[in-house]
Order: sequence, then structure tokens, then C-alpha cells
Amino acid sequence: MATSDLQRIIATDCGSTTTKAILIEFVDGEYRQTVRGEAPTTVEEPLNDVTRGVVNSVQELEELARLKYNNPNIKFTDGDEIIIPRNGDVGVDAYVSTSSAGGGLQMMVTGVVAKMTGESAERAALGAGAIVMDLIASNDQRPNYEKIERIRALRPDIILMAGGVDGGTTKHVVELGELVAAADPRPRLGKAYNLPVIYAGNNKAVDAIKETLEGKVDLIMTENIRPTLEKENLGPARDKIHDLFMEHVMQQAPGYSKLMSWTRGPVDGKLQNIPIMPTPAAVGNIMQTIARQRDIEVLGVDIGGATTDVFSVFSEEKIFNRTVSANLGMSYSISNVLASAGLENILRWVPIDIDEASLRNMIKNKMIRPTTIPHKLEELVLEQAIAKEALRLAFIQHKEFAVGLKGAQQKRDISEAFDQEISGGTLVNMMSLDLLVGSGGVASHAPRRNQTAMMLIDAFLPEGITRIGVDSIFMMPHLGVLSEISQEAATNVFEKDCMIYLGTVVAPVGKCKPGKVALSAEISLPDGKTFKEDIVFGEVRLLKCGVGVKARAILKPGKGLDIGAGRNQPMETELDGGVVGIILDTRGRAPFVMPHESSERIPLLKKWMKELDVYPEEICK
Amino acid sequence: MGKSYSPGLTVTDNIVLKKERILPLEGEVTVKKGDKVKANDVIAVTRLPGKVIPLNMANKLGSTPQLVGQFIKVKQGDEIKKDQILAETKGFFGFFKQTVKSPTDGEVENISKHTGQMLLREPRIPIEVKAFIDGIVVEVIPKQGCVIENVSAYIQGIFGIGDETIGDIEVTINDCNDPLTLEMIKPEHKDKILVSGTVVSYEAIQKAISTGVKAIITGGIDDHDLKKLLGYDIGVAITGHENIGITIVVTEGFGPIKMARKTFSLLKQFQGHQASVHGRTQIRAGVIRPEIIIPIEFDENALTDVQPSLPFLEIGATIRVIREPNFGFIGKVTGLPEQLKVVESETKVRILEAELENGQKVTIPRANVEIIEDH
Repeated sequence: MATSDLQRIIATDCGSTTTKAILIEFVDGEYRQTVRGEAPTTVEEPLNDVTRGVVNSVQELEELARLKYNNPNIKFTDGDEIIIPRNGDVGVDAYVSTSSAGGGLQMMVTGVVAKMTGESAERAALGAGAIVMDLIASNDQRPNYEKIERIRALRPDIILMAGGVDGGTTKHVVELGELVAAADPRPRLGKAYNLPVIYAGNNKAVDAIKETLEGKVDLIMTENIRPTLEKENLGPARDKIHDLFMEHVMQQAPGYSKLMSWTRGPVDGKLQNIPIMPTPAAVGNIMQTIARQRDIEVLGVDIGGATTDVFSVFSEEKIFNRTVSANLGMSYSISNVLASAGLENILRWVPIDIDEASLRNMIKNKMIRPTTIPHKLEELVLEQAIAKEALRLAFIQHKEFAVGLKGAQQKRDISEAFDQEISGGTLVNMMSLDLLVGSGGVASHAPRRNQTAMMLIDAFLPEGITRIGVDSIFMMPHLGVLSEISQEAATNVFEKDCMIYLGTVVAPVGKCKPGKVALSAEISLPDGKTFKEDIVFGEVRLLKCGVGVKARAILKPGKGLDIGAGRNQPMETELDGGVVGIILDTRGRAPFVMPHESSERIPLLKKWMKELDVYPEEICK
Repeated sequence: MGKSYSPGLTVTDNIVLKKERILPLEGEVTVKKGDKVKANDVIAVTRLPGKVIPLNMANKLGSTPQLVGQFIKVKQGDEIKKDQILAETKGFFGFFKQTVKSPTDGEVENISKHTGQMLLREPRIPIEVKAFIDGIVVEVIPKQGCVIENVSAYIQGIFGIGDETIGDIEVTINDCNDPLTLEMIKPEHKDKILVSGTVVSYEAIQKAISTGVKAIITGGIDDHDLKKLLGYDIGVAITGHENIGITIVVTEGFGPIKMARKTFSLLKQFQGHQASVHGRTQIRAGVIRPEIIIPIEFDENALTDVQPSLPFLEIGATIRVIREPNFGFIGKVTGLPEQLKVVESETKVRILEAELENGQKVTIPRANVEIIEDH
């Protein structure tokens, strides 16, 4: 892509609550994100047309761009359409979009063994950006009639069927096909087409599956997702899901067929259509790119109004996993966070006394009016406490899912014989994790970045030395889809405008007693300032160290503790600064325990929040 | 920015309303275009497929899937009766026969030679769709249902529980600030729709249920009471299926919040009128809000195509504050400054200036108001 073709690009993300638009411009030899606008998403009555929200958000961009450049001639829309191609100040060179509105892509998957082919199917669907509504497996204990009822009741957008290794027994996978046929499942949107069912199971069962399902559903065949127990082959199934997302699901959602005709840009010198991407798939794209380019392990989270997605890239092979916690979110699903986490777990993060009735009503009011924002400080504190629990619960689900292939044979040498784990252990290793990234409204739009840092630390409890960052204004989805037409533009904007490094957290792991030294730190900054302290257990310290600044650190863990070099082993290293700084956290890891009594807990919370400059004085005093 | 779209709830004394009444599956539509219907009239019928009962014949007959076919006594599509023999082995000189009898009436859905599984389907279940509102059938959707049109007074709630119901409106309170209390509910309120101003307690709702009240329309409800009433905490707002013997429509929100005066006045105006009410709420993926529909007399010529109205936030617009502080207050927009402003929570947001009904002048994040449409 020649940069001359791409001077001005609009990217939108049509979320379940708001449609976010950003303007990307080629300025002084590089791409920068210059203006941002947003508007409520309009996939519901009375408008029932996603493009209205898009136009509203783009019109806001237009107005802000005119103000920014003091140029009234700037124009991106003509009536109700985005103008492409550009002619001087009028129009843009490309328009791209992601979408999770209208519930995103909702799938059901099947597999013979839930923890083997079932899990592989789930991984393929999640990786393609879907919400997995249910996994039906031959061995999932439910009687068949119940499975049939479930398939019929769910009304997914797509079903992905896996099951069996190539050449293996066909009986169980065909039986699953029969259950799907008996359920006569209907698609969620639209009555005019048959439900797409992708078969990605045992190749020996292809004919029998065709015989069972053809004519009843829109059957699409692809390669086996698990050709052998040792190998997962997710690519072909994921590609089919993406194709179907565009062909079927998007076409049925209100206004999307119009939106799909709008998303265009120059490809090989010609103006071509750029497919709309499911939002999580776009974020996954970016996370994987960061991990590969920098050769690091990354854990990312995108907390939205309805769902929380967790992405991870761990191990030398850079294994990517995504999970979506479909009912953990900060608006539509906020009440479910309360139901899942329990009031006590939410209140443990709240440094003020609040009665249960008020908290319950506040949460429910946010659920029924999801676009409101906290005006009062107290409500912001409560929302951030709820966010910590949503993140914590989503992370638990991720750890359980991001595992090695179950059932695969492993070669071990004699030294590992006494340290054997069964196949399928979690890949998530918080000690080896290099970068933790937060994204989504509550993380990106927190009034203070220190609040984002504390939310991420409290929810994920990073161990040892971990860099933390945040998507500045929630633009990872936009960049994920932008990378499809210009890697250069996506990379430029990611580095300059999207990723904001909050800093580095140092957290010793292991049991320690109150009053005992948990970390001895000697940190030297390039400006000559030094920090030296023996920090006792149960404290946090914030050391100002700006973005791009590296500090030299000699770190010595307390007795029995580990900061990454092994128990009791000191470490000499460099720590990266950020907009928040370097956070030394001796509150304990594995375990991290909070006092049960509020009379003990609240003063502690206030002390930590004051030290980290999280809230104004009135909350922490 | 002069004008921007902002979602709001409709409260009006006169609206041309169209309601699509659709079967869950194709069936028979029992009305035709131009028919005048009453809320309780049936407009379409169908028969839902019965439950599927899978039988693993290979296991039951001690055979392989491939050989099962020779023992089967029925074929795909056959109607069957309970205890009818479905399959039988030849046995040994006529003895030791294995037989499989049908556990149900119904039909044979499928017999698989690959898995040896037979699927039976129980008899179909008849269901009806009623008109729900008085009106005229303006369109018949073949095999699916119809569109009914009328002129109504119409109130959209913010949240509700319980399904469609019909009853007469009974306003026993004097002001939108008054709650509906236990003592106010009398035996004569059976089959009525009662109104509460600020909040209705768990105890009052229980009394209403035992009295046979059809529905309660209330400004607010306490979440704690709702949990007690349902026996569980609502996680995701998809409601309407609750079967607790009453429909509840909340017009403002959770907690004691007074009902908007306009809503209260409208209900009072239509005291004694029949209303169609449902509590169905879905906040995501195709929003559904509870509705109170009060059909009024109309001339058929007055029915014109309804164009979706777009609520715009502009100076002079009537708004309701939907988050603390001043939650529930009504006001008029007096200014829409372009520049972002930092509010108490330190959040930098687009705000509006408004004068509340009590005369107080305030600035509010634009996201924290909804427009009350004046028709």
C-alpha cells in the first residue's frame, strides 16, 4: 500500500453500547490518530440501523477535525454516507470497521470429548471472535433429549461441529450430527436462510454427516480441527467462520448490509471492499502482533459493557488463546458481576462505607441504562470495584481454558519424571508474563491512569516483574482491522497513540508474615535520583518514572519469597517507567489475602490508594 | 454540537401504534386484513414440535448399528402409539426375543444406520397467539401472524417482569410521590392494573398477587425486594418470562424514585380504561422495553404510517436525569457547550446545562439524561 493512497482513514468500532470512530491521518511522515468521536449504537428501535450511529460518530469526528484544523471545508459525510475516495478536504481514503453490536457473533460448538475436540472447537470459535453459547459433547453427561432441546433453544448464528481424529471412529460424531438434525435449529437473525453448520471433524465421517444434515442446514465442510490428538488445526475452521460471519450474520443485522458496502479502501491501487471484522478478532490480531514482534508473553483484557475478553500469548511457541466471559461486563452485564462475584467480593475493594441496598440499586440502574457514566466520585469508586471483580472472574475462566492440548502424548526425560503434570495444564504463567494490557471503557477512560493500573494489578495479581499498559482511548479493535489494509498505519498508530505504558509492577511471590521485610529495593533513575527501602509485607510504593525512562534496580526478595529468579534470589535488572511509574507491591501473591473485617480492610485500602494516588484526597483520608 | 441523537422512552397520550403478532413457528393465521380485533382474540395458531426422545436401538437390541435395520418394525415418518413395538429381534427358535416398545405417542423422526439410534417425537403442542391490543388487522403475514394497528395512549417502561396481561387501570394514590402500600390493596382490585408513585414494597406486591391484581406500574422498585420476589438475582436483563402471578412495569428505575409527572398524569387520565401491559425487557441485542398500551377510540382514516421519531438533544428539550446526582428529576436543556468538562468523578465528558423542575440549574453529562418525547 503506497502511503500516498492513504492520507486520511476513518475506522469505527460498533460496540454493543457505543460506536467509536477515530480519524487516522498521515502527518509529518507517519500515521497518527488525530480525532475521536462517539455516538450511541443504533441497532435497536426506533432506528434499527447501525449506520445511523456510525454517521453520528463520524459527524462528531468531522466537527472536531474542523475545530482542530480551523478548517470549515473538512467534510467526511455527504448526507448520510461516508465520502470515499477523498478529494482534498472532502472525504477519506478508506473506511474500515469492526463490530460487536447486536450481541456479536454467537456460536455453539460440538465435539466428541468435551476436553479434547470440544475444547479445540471452542478455541477455534473464540479465536474467530465468537461468543460460545454452549459446548455440546458426547461425554458431557446430559441426556440426548436435553442436548436436542438445548440446541433448539439457543438459536446461534453458526454451529461448529468437531469430533474425532482423522480416520478414527465415526459413531459419536455422526450421533452429534443426528442430534443437530433432530433439533432443527434456526438461526438467531432472519428466517429466510438455513443455519450455517461447519463440519470440522473426522474426515472418515464426512459422507455420513452429509447424509444426516444436508438439506436441513447450510452444511459447510472444512478440514478436521484436530486431525490427531497431538495437533490442532484451527485455521481453516476460523476462516470459514469469518466468511460466514460476513455472508450470513452481518447481512441480517439491522443496517449491516449498508455498512458492509461502505467499508472500502484502496487495495493494490483499486478501491475495494474491506470486510467488517468481529471486534474481538481484531483485538486478537493486535495482541498476537505485539507478542511476535517483540518476542514477549502478553496478557490482554478488553472489558466491555456486555462481555469481557481475555487474550493471552504464552510459551516459546507463542500460543494464542482468547476467552470471552459472555456475561461479565460493566453495563448490560454489570448485575451479573454482582450475582457471580457476590456482594462481599465487590465491597472488599471499596474504601468507603456503603449500604447494600444503595449498591444493589446503583448496579441495577446501570444495567437498565447502560450508557450512563459516573458523575459522582463515589459511583466511580464503586464501578471500578465492580470492574476488578469482573476482570478477576474473567481471568479465572481464561486460566482454566488456556491450556495445552489434552490427550496429547508428551515426551519427558528422567528429570521430569517426578515433576509430571498431566497434559492440558494451564499455559498462563504470571511469573513469566512480560506485558499486561488493559482495554475497554472502564480501563481506557478511567479519569486517572493510576486507577487503571490498580484495577489491573488487583484483578490479575501479576507476579515478579511485569510491565503494564493500557489502550489509550480504546482503539485496538480499529487498529486490528486497519492492519488488514495497512500494517504500517496500524503499527505507527499503535506505538504512538494507542499503547500507553503505565509502568512496571514488582511483586514478590510466596508467604510472608506482617512486619517482615518482603522486598529490599535499590532503584536508580537516569536523572540521578535513587530509591532505597526495605519494604515490609502488606505495602505498596509508587516511584515516579516516566514513559521511555529505564531505571536500574537491585531487588532482593524477603525470606522465602521469589521475584522471578527463584526463592530468595536477588535480581539486578532494568525497570521500565510509564505514566504511572514503578509500583512495588508487597501485599502478597499466591496467596493475596484481604482482611475480612471492614474495620481492618478499609484503612488498608485507603493507605494503598493514597500511596498510588488513585483517588482524590476525600476518598483516601 | 447543536443536535445529537439521544435515546429516550416514549410517554404519550396519542400514538398510532403497530404491533406485529407472530407465531414462533409457521402455522395458520385466523384473521384477515381489515378485521377488527379485541385484545383477547386469537389471531394465529400453530402446533409446536413435540420433544425428541432418542433411543439407542443398537444397545437395546444387543446389535451393531449396521444390523439394527432388520429388526425395526416401523419406518421414518410413521405415527406411533405408546407401548407399540418399535423393534424386535428374532430370538432363538422364537424364544429370548428382545423387544423395544415406544415410551410415547408420537412419530418416528429418524432411524440411523450409522449410529443405530432411533429418534421419536412426541405429539405436537398446540399454541395460540392473541391480538394483545384492540385494533385493526392492517397486514397478514401468511403462515406467521399479522400486524395490528390502533391509536393508543402509550408508556414505555424502563424495566419489567412478567408477561403480557390485560386489565383496567386503577389509580389509588393521589400523587406521583406516593407509594402503593399494603393497606391500599383491596379485594375489588382483582384483575386491575394498579399504580404506585415512588416505590412498591415486597409485602405490597405479595398482597397484590394474592388479591389477583394483574399488574403494577411503579416509579421504582428496590432490587432487594425484586430478588426476594423472584428468588434469584437478575444477572442479565432479559425478562418477561417470570411466572410469579403478576406483571410489574417500572417506569423510572431501581430504588425509591418518583414516577415522572407526565407518566402519572397520563395513567390518572385513563383511570378505568383497559390497558395491555407486558414486562418484557431486553437491554441488549435488540432492545425491548416494557409497554403500557391504552387503546383509545379512533377513526380508521386517522391511521397513517408511523415514521420512527428520532429524539434529539437540543436546547429546550425535556430531559430526565437518569443517574445520580438528581436521579429522576425532569428538566429543560438550556445549553449544549461543545467543550469537554471535568465532573466530580474527574471524568472528562461532554455535558449539557439544564434547569430542573425545582428551578435548580445544573450541568450533567449528556450520557446521563434521556429525552422525554413530547408528542
